[in-house]
Amino acid sequence: MTELVLESRPDINADLTADQIRLEDLQTEEMLVNMGPQHPATHGVLRVVLRTDGEMVLEAVPHIGYLHRCAEKIGENVAPYQYIPYTDRMDYLAGMNDNLAFALAAEKLAGMELSRRAQLIRVVFAELNRIASHLVSMGTYGLDMGAFTPFLYAFREREMILDLFEAACGARLTYSYITVGGVTQDLPERWIDVCSEFLDYFEPKIDEYNNLLSFNHIFVKRTANVGVITPEDALAFGLTGPVLRGSGIRWDLRKAQNDLGYDEFEFDVPIGEGLKGTLGDCWDRYYVRILEMKQSVRILRQALARLPDAPGDAYDKRGKTMKLPADEIYYELENPRGQLGFYIQGNGSTIPARVKARGPSFCNLSVLTHIGTNCLLADIAAIVGSIDVVMGEVDR
Amino acid sequence: MTPEQISDILKDTFGDRIVGGEFQSAHPRVEVRPDAWPDVATYLRDDPRLQFNMLRCISAVDMLEDDQFIAVYDLDSLNGAAGSGNLWTRRHAISIHVRVPRGNPHIPSVAHVWSAADWHEREAYDLMGIVFDGHPDSVAGPDGPHPRRILCPDDWEGHPLRKDYAFPMEYQGIPAVTEYGQTRPVH
Repeated sequence: MTELVLESRPDINADLTADQIRLEDLQTEEMLVNMGPQHPATHGVLRVVLRTDGEMVLEAVPHIGYLHRCAEKIGENVAPYQYIPYTDRMDYLAGMNDNLAFALAAEKLAGMELSRRAQLIRVVFAELNRIASHLVSMGTYGLDMGAFTPFLYAFREREMILDLFEAACGARLTYSYITVGGVTQDLPERWIDVCSEFLDYFEPKIDEYNNLLSFNHIFVKRTANVGVITPEDALAFGLTGPVLRGSGIRWDLRKAQNDLGYDEFEFDVPIGEGLKGTLGDCWDRYYVRILEMKQSVRILRQALARLPDAPGDAYDKRGKTMKLPADEIYYELENPRGQLGFYIQGNGSTIPARVKARGPSFCNLSVLTHIGTNCLLADIAAIVGSIDVVMGEVDR
Repeated sequence: MTPEQISDILKDTFGDRIVGGEFQSAHPRVEVRPDAWPDVATYLRDDPRLQFNMLRCISAVDMLEDDQFIAVYDLDSLNGAAGSGNLWTRRHAISIHVRVPRGNPHIPSVAHVWSAADWHEREAYDLMGIVFDGHPDSVAGPDGPHPRRILCPDDWEGHPLRKDYAFPMEYQGIPAVTEYGQTRPVH
């Protein structure tokens, strides 16, 4: 009796012995499988070409650009405050954070200081959007892994956050609320109370997600020890956000840069610890997002407590007439998916000479070929979902 | 370490291959000659004083009036131990400018130094037309190998972010409309 050993994965032994298999039934040649661009597990128009040997994936090559709009060219033709609506169409699940990153980059280049009140409102909305974005990430990841219910739970809570956004600015997906010079309008009456009520409601729900999905045996089996990114690879590939922290690197721009006064809030930076498998596997990346939601709630409570007494105006109208000096800046902000960077080159007028966006999903996705080799076909869905890409931001 | 100190370290090692620097800007930077760039990049990553372990971004800029392209490399040096309880900190950050003539835009690839450069260089070629020589994902072109396009289709003509880019009126038989809507061919 000879044991059948898969050439590409010698660690996996087939259950059948060689004399039970009729060789003429076996397809032994490699096959190219096109996954996407319209595929429910690729989170948008991502196309991955898989070179497969039976159930094994020998190589996964992502092809991107299906959502490319050359948003950077648009940035060279409009003033920064007019570019704000284009930024929230990049990462459309975290529009507030995208608006904020570009607004901060332009303000920093022009040397504009904002009032404490505007800063605090920005922190509140950035953290609320972080929760909303992680909820979608968690819910859709469950969908990818065959768990439908957590998705409904996640969207139930996200709906409440969208209602809060709608009350503040009228929009539910592409906000343009945070703009150059602050936020377009101050908070409506009782908004802080409603938001606090939401936090009280939401915080216990996180444990519910853990019971429902995070520690679910099937889910853990599908995600632990899959798609392992070592800390060295994570740095070399320029990964950021939960993908970097999932590999055990406790790095967060909110701690490293003090732009919005994050240093006065108490919060932790969760990292992956290899709890269910290897350090840096899909489960670690997923769980970092769950833990981050808890930290965002902590920040929100502290920010909301300070907001009623915060001095200053929520909007500074100099934002609309702002001239960009003949200088340049590269500025990054910690977004839900990682560090969103904007390079802006000014030329003394109101319209920048060059705008470049570094989408965190773009850099995070570039690691897919590296970790998506010699794994099972089903693991590709687990890996792509754990990187949590938004194609609007990859393609820009 | 301040940008001036980083520049001094580089000048001690590479001499006149470090062309200059600008430190009073909101974006402190060192300018490096294109042919020296891979050596400088390896040194930036491996020198124990510098340890730039993360390439954050490559921004390609078209300086039409100077007849040049600039490739702007933003580097970060993160300090910490993986898996430990401690927060990682930023040791220092720097930006490197590499200027090339518009007529012959060739820069050696640094994808072997930082894996992150792979996709960033492909994007810079695709949208700005800077050719990164020795890129691991190169394809043959009429003027020699160049990085594979990443955002535009493989048969796209031109590089959209160039300042003198002509808006194509047709792609694969699909007519284009400018923002003023007057260029659709009449059948």
